[in-house]
Amino acid sequence: MSILVNKNTNVLVQGITGKEGSFHTLKCLEYGTNIVAGVTPFKGKTLFNNSVPVYNTIAEAKKEHGIDATMVFVPAGFAASSIIEAVEAEIPLIVCITEGIPVMDMLSVKDALNCSESIMIGPNCPGIITADECKIGIMPGFIHKKGKIGVLSRSGTLTYEAVNQLTKAGLGETTCIGIGGDPIIGSPFITFLKMFENDSETKAVVMIGEIGGTAEEEASEFVKKNMKKPVIGFIAGKTAPAGKRMGHAGAIISGGVGTASEKLKTMEKNGVFIADNPSVIAETVKKALNL
Amino acid sequence: MDIHEYQAKEILNNHNIKTLRSILCRNSEEAYKAYQTLSSPVCAVKAQVHAGGRGKAGGVKIAKSADEAKSIAGKMIGTTLVTAQTGKGGKIVRKVLIEEGAEIIKEFYLSLTIDRKTASIAFVLSVEGGMEIEEVSKNTPEKILTVSINRGRGLKSFHILKMFLFLGIERTLYNDFANLANLLYDSFTSEDMSMLEINPLILTGANAFIPLDAKIILDDNASIRHPYFNDFIDEDEEEPLEVKAKSVGLNYIKLDGNVGCMVNGAGLAMATMDTIKEFGAMPANFLDVGGTADAKRVETAFNILLSDKNVKGIFINIFGGIVKCDMVAEGVVAAAKNIGLKLPVVVRLEGTNADIAAKIIESSGMNFIVGESLADGAKKISDIVNG
Repeated sequence: MSILVNKNTNVLVQGITGKEGSFHTLKCLEYGTNIVAGVTPFKGKTLFNNSVPVYNTIAEAKKEHGIDATMVFVPAGFAASSIIEAVEAEIPLIVCITEGIPVMDMLSVKDALNCSESIMIGPNCPGIITADECKIGIMPGFIHKKGKIGVLSRSGTLTYEAVNQLTKAGLGETTCIGIGGDPIIGSPFITFLKMFENDSETKAVVMIGEIGGTAEEEASEFVKKNMKKPVIGFIAGKTAPAGKRMGHAGAIISGGVGTASEKLKTMEKNGVFIADNPSVIAETVKKALNL
Repeated sequence: MDIHEYQAKEILNNHNIKTLRSILCRNSEEAYKAYQTLSSPVCAVKAQVHAGGRGKAGGVKIAKSADEAKSIAGKMIGTTLVTAQTGKGGKIVRKVLIEEGAEIIKEFYLSLTIDRKTASIAFVLSVEGGMEIEEVSKNTPEKILTVSINRGRGLKSFHILKMFLFLGIERTLYNDFANLANLLYDSFTSEDMSMLEINPLILTGANAFIPLDAKIILDDNASIRHPYFNDFIDEDEEEPLEVKAKSVGLNYIKLDGNVGCMVNGAGLAMATMDTIKEFGAMPANFLDVGGTADAKRVETAFNILLSDKNVKGIFINIFGGIVKCDMVAEGVVAAAKNIGLKLPVVVRLEGTNADIAAKIIESSGMNFIVGESLADGAKKISDIVNG
């Protein structure tokens, strides 16, 4: 078992013919993801990589294929429209990799999501992967190995760091999700914590946060009230100065809100196992699981 | 991105929101003329820097004659203003705004922000105009009202009524307030602002609502549809190294420590800084070199790190996922040789072909040390810079 995606997930790629879209679609195909169709406006009725049919719109693609998830690589200025197109087409899972979507656009996307059943991951994220089954995103596939830990993160390479440790420590992963580094994202940690709690294969969850906002605090309240499985937390940005955006649009301490120390304090209080530095994430997981 | 008060007011004026008449001046002569042009019995001389808290720090002064305006401006321009928001270094004042006076009956605080938690737009009001909102929120939270607006449904009359009643002012002022609230909301959404703060919003003797100050933060990501954002950039207000880094597509933020950091990915870059601190040294910067850490990019990054004279050692931490570590290692060695790098460098490469990469680093003949893990690398570089 795993959450959200597995070897039977049929995936659409929006922006399949672009530079990033085509490069990573090939990598996902190599990993074994079932990419059934792509969408690029005015490139309909062509084939990507001599195998994947391309359509002008999702509506056209849906006539020919069952679609469970979409991976969005559409450039920032047009991405919101593509996401809303996916919402209106009732695609159950929307994974948006694109970085740099204006916040005002994301507010409209959130409105669309609130009136639908679709679940969105991202934007500005590495995507989602269920080890050895399905990769929808830009993460390096080879570091993942089927196992028992769920991983959630606001970051990219820092997630790979954690996954690499989990794999090397023999723990392995069920599903790993980068929820996105922007101030407004499709779904918070809590959406996925709930799913991991109900997934029989997942024995513990690693939650990697960073400065900015209060998503980690809210997640830890949820952990305290609703989770039996241990959650291991790490927060990046203890040394980050206030008022500066640390690479990710969402990683900013503003008006005294969003500091690492405040997050760590709340997480610890709510029973999250804290990894003091990123090198001890796997070690902390083992301790939490009494291994 | 931050912009100046005079630019913020320009945006508001374009949305039919009236502000007091004002003139931007770059020297004391211009200030003298501006006072005469405005011909107001009293004017404010306001330092234009990207930071709040100017009033308390002496960055806003009142002039009652053209000579006084000239002398205040002369003293203000060229000095370093240290406010609660500038940090210890302060900001050099290069421009002042000369603004006409107004009779102030009441002062309020009004702002619009993005509420991350509810993904909505929040109006925040306080009857304590002119005070720092963080202080009011801490000491007298009952004096603050927050009204959340759903972007899809938009600002409605009942939201405005709620805010108006909170302010406790005469009913005859409702239409003017409603008009202002609508215009502010429209400017906030149509110009892609992340924050619009009016502190204070004044009620004048002529019963008009006027933004006496205006602070706007624009959403950088939206510059694709607002070309004027680029014209509003004031590089004088930014750290020179950060400007240089940005021009070559690197994400760099200068800090006060002595370990230069070069990392791929923002989260890993922050975590690297934190780990260096854990081992007793301090990071000199945040630097995300991004996905393509090739020789040219690494060389540019080295040059930026070395421009900071505090840097005593460099820690390179790359997680090679899609990029292969041996390619990165070759890039690092080539770049270091090319610029004749002398400083000690700890290199930690993890991921694809990490073993080949370690051999390239070790046999490079440069002053390079291999870090086995993030913690090991951070410890090694910290020990080196701490002697």
